[in-house]
Amino acid sequence: MTAYRLALAFGLALTTSIAHAQAPAGKVTVVTSFSKDVTDPFKKAFEKAVPGVTLEVQNRNTNAGVKYLEETKANNQVDLFWASAPDAFEVLKGKKLLAAYKPKATGIPDKIGSYPINDPAGFYSGFAASGYGIMWNDRYAKAKKLPEPKDWQDLAGPAFYDHVSIASPARSGTTHLTVETILQGEGWEKGWRTLKAMAGNFNAITDRSFGVPEAVNSGQVGVGIVIDFFAFSAQASGFPVKFVYPTVTTVVPANVGIVTNAPNKAAAEAFVEFLLSLAGQEVLLEPGIRRLPVNPAVYAKAGADYPNPFTDPRFQKMIGFDVDKSEARTGVVDTLFDQLISFQLDALKGVTKVLHEVDAALAKKPNPQAKALADEVRALIAAMPVSEAQGSSPELRGAFTGAKEKGARQAEIESQWASFARDSYAKAKAKADEALKAAR
Amino acid sequence: MTAIPIAPLPRARRLSATPGQIALALAIAAFLLLFLGLPVGTVLYVGFTEKGTGSFTLVNFYDFVRTELFMRSLWNSFYVSAMSVVWASVFALPLAYLTTRFVFRGAALVQTLGFLPLIMPPFVGAVAMQLFFGRNGSINLLLDDWCGLKIGFMEGLNGVIFVQSVHYFPFILINLSAALRNIDRAMEEAAQNLGSSGFRLFRRIVFPLALPGYLAGASLVFVKVFDDLATPLLLNVKDMLAPQAYLRVTSIGIADPMGYVISVVLIVASVTAMWLSARALKGRDYATTQRGGGGLARRIMTPWEAVLGYGVVILILALVLAPHLALLLLSFATIWSFSPLPDAFTLAHYARVFGESSLYIKNTLIYATLAGGIDIVLGVAIAYLVLRTKLVGREWLDWAASAALAIPGVVLGIGYLRAFYGVTLPDGTPLASLWITIVLALAIRRLPYALRACSAALQQISVSLEEAAENLGATKARTVRRIVVPLMAGGILAGFVTSFSTAAVELSATLMLVQSNSDAPLAYGLYVFMQSAAGRGPGAALGVVAVLLVALCTVLSHLIIERSQKAKGMGH
Repeated sequence: MTAYRLALAFGLALTTSIAHAQAPAGKVTVVTSFSKDVTDPFKKAFEKAVPGVTLEVQNRNTNAGVKYLEETKANNQVDLFWASAPDAFEVLKGKKLLAAYKPKATGIPDKIGSYPINDPAGFYSGFAASGYGIMWNDRYAKAKKLPEPKDWQDLAGPAFYDHVSIASPARSGTTHLTVETILQGEGWEKGWRTLKAMAGNFNAITDRSFGVPEAVNSGQVGVGIVIDFFAFSAQASGFPVKFVYPTVTTVVPANVGIVTNAPNKAAAEAFVEFLLSLAGQEVLLEPGIRRLPVNPAVYAKAGADYPNPFTDPRFQKMIGFDVDKSEARTGVVDTLFDQLISFQLDALKGVTKVLHEVDAALAKKPNPQAKALADEVRALIAAMPVSEAQGSSPELRGAFTGAKEKGARQAEIESQWASFARDSYAKAKAKADEALKAAR
Repeated sequence: MTAIPIAPLPRARRLSATPGQIALALAIAAFLLLFLGLPVGTVLYVGFTEKGTGSFTLVNFYDFVRTELFMRSLWNSFYVSAMSVVWASVFALPLAYLTTRFVFRGAALVQTLGFLPLIMPPFVGAVAMQLFFGRNGSINLLLDDWCGLKIGFMEGLNGVIFVQSVHYFPFILINLSAALRNIDRAMEEAAQNLGSSGFRLFRRIVFPLALPGYLAGASLVFVKVFDDLATPLLLNVKDMLAPQAYLRVTSIGIADPMGYVISVVLIVASVTAMWLSARALKGRDYATTQRGGGGLARRIMTPWEAVLGYGVVILILALVLAPHLALLLLSFATIWSFSPLPDAFTLAHYARVFGESSLYIKNTLIYATLAGGIDIVLGVAIAYLVLRTKLVGREWLDWAASAALAIPGVVLGIGYLRAFYGVTLPDGTPLASLWITIVLALAIRRLPYALRACSAALQQISVSLEEAAENLGATKARTVRRIVVPLMAGGILAGFVTSFSTAAVELSATLMLVQSNSDAPLAYGLYVFMQSAAGRGPGAALGVVAVLLVALCTVLSHLIIERSQKAKGMGH
């Protein structure tokens, strides 16, 4: 009977759209990774602002949503794709699954921080900004006497051993951006050094973005590396959590794009316009959503403590983010993270633990030999199997994107990287034990 | 005396298959091919193709064997599955034995409660469990306070074993209980007359006769744990096979064949496990002729036995139901963070989900009932063909259906989209966007549960009963309808209830296939809520609704079967 209802709805949609040639009407379907707390208020406000249109929300995580559009493109029934990670939109654009559209809304600047708000080619538009940072559970921090973290490097300190959590960048578009931001902000070598030093303190690497704030909210882990609105909306719901933007970070827009061959293009355009209108932007300020509007005028309605990327000096210092660079090495960076960190976490943590003990011993009683050994250990941990140039090389890129040419198989390369990491961490562990002996 | 092992008796009498049976076998094969083989094949063939050229190759399997991570994962998966069977048996045996073998007040309640762990709603169940057993869960916070120690219930492989055995032991409980009830009392009495009693009676008579039920449950636990990805991922254990497959299949921009290679390995391992458990029963005959004796004699416990018995049952139930208790608390909690109990309680979450849950409930009931119905029809038919006919290749039906257990839901979901999205109805609606597709995917995914239960039930029925009916002039179809199916009722019910309830909380394939909110089942609603901090309470409330709903349906179906059995004079 639902099928019948569907057919009826289609019939209705068809007749009404013929009746008013261009006026948006009928059902508009959006695939989104946003939670109900975000989509419900937008649905309500949109349907009120544009009467006659119903917003049909299909909730899928970003990756599943991209896969879904890809699998169903032959007979597409989806009008819009609506999600955070600009990377996902780049993937969709690359597969010709997005249609270009130039929004008519005014009052939105070209850039937020140093990041262009809209896709220069016009395939998707930013409607809200988000920055990446560190979130922690206050009760947990008090109970375990954790200091307040301020920057990425702080998380590498001994106090945070086994207290930090992150989502795997291969599964979480937002974490991928965080990792890429660190790599771009600090450079390839130094960036990986920071990442691996932090990773030695990881308690868990979750497989979905929301796993991290969930664990911090419930106090299972103390500190999480997250996108800002996870922390803001948790605060708004009353959880005892805090958040800070580190110095090396960036604000990146969350986006909306119209899908190629959208069945209801007029209503899809109306939705994009609504998101960018003042009314739509104000919805972002709701406690359950708490994202940063891209229209500076809207901040007048927000509270004084609401972060404003257009005036707040912290945001002006934030680094520029090179999307093309990121796009060129997505697969390589994600796989490096998984092979060197996620799947070798126990080994990495083992070395880090000893290293923290060495540092503690050295602080009490300086010892040049142990110090030299500890530095060697750090170098071994930080060592990378590929250089920055290799990382973006067409050969590696081909191996990770399923290129049609014959070439190295992803599994081969992964296996090489994994054994590289295993060997380095084993050597590092031996040296660290030696250092500890010397330092005591 | 025991009935085992008996040499394969002259079964030549049911040599050939009737045309009807052949047609049935072909129909089932076609169904499995269309809704399982085809969609999964469209996804998995990538595992056998060479990069770049697309020609057939086995090099990817060579890569699999050579990769340390995958071999470590394979070994971990085996270890965890085997240990989970052991612990699940430890939980299930006392519950099953005590409630069927003794006059036990509240036996029905124990059976229903013991069934609940199977219906742990996705995501929210995990959160609830962490809040109770996690590294900073209630128990560890209290332990830390009182004695300064912590227990890693949910850490690493042991954590996976703990959660899995709590989650899946009902498979053993249900199938073993059904089998124990079906044992002919005369067997036990004969043994007692010959002087056997106590543990010896259990070891030599009762347990061997119930072995088909136990093995049906144990093999399900093994395969399910082997193929489950949700629990390891929730505990952040990644070096197991199923999570590895999932992580690869769902990462975007990666057209890597390894995810599909791992899926193939999972399927092969699952089918092998099923085959081994079938082998273990081969050449033995578990059938007993007498029916209606009401199963084993129920003894009355001495006071000491009663104290011990109830103590054990309550202890086990408390352990396995702790996650549900945590879920209930969470659904009433305002904020629950790093504390043994929530800060305060509220009814607001139920108010929030009240409006929309009725739609979800309706959809869930329709989908799960239809899926469960399809499953028991197929399950009975396949079990009958495998055990009662000599059709060539009949085991393949069994193995094909069991293979569904090993296919990651997301692979099945993508396969359905790929195979059926291009097929459109006259008005242009894709076939895959109709809700019936969700039902079919659920039915395929849960078919192995119903099939195992039906097979076990049929194994306990003596062929001679059917022969008697046929000698009296009944046709094969009539015999099945009037003799076989009624005698299998307990097993069929067990199968329906397992399929129904697990289908009601399925998410991974559903998530790919849900096309609109009006077609969404409860599990999807839960998922949508559980993506935000504010949605945790309402998600938990919806989870409680799901658990209650399934529990209610379970009790109802028990009642219906009991009543109909009584009406037919088969009750005790």
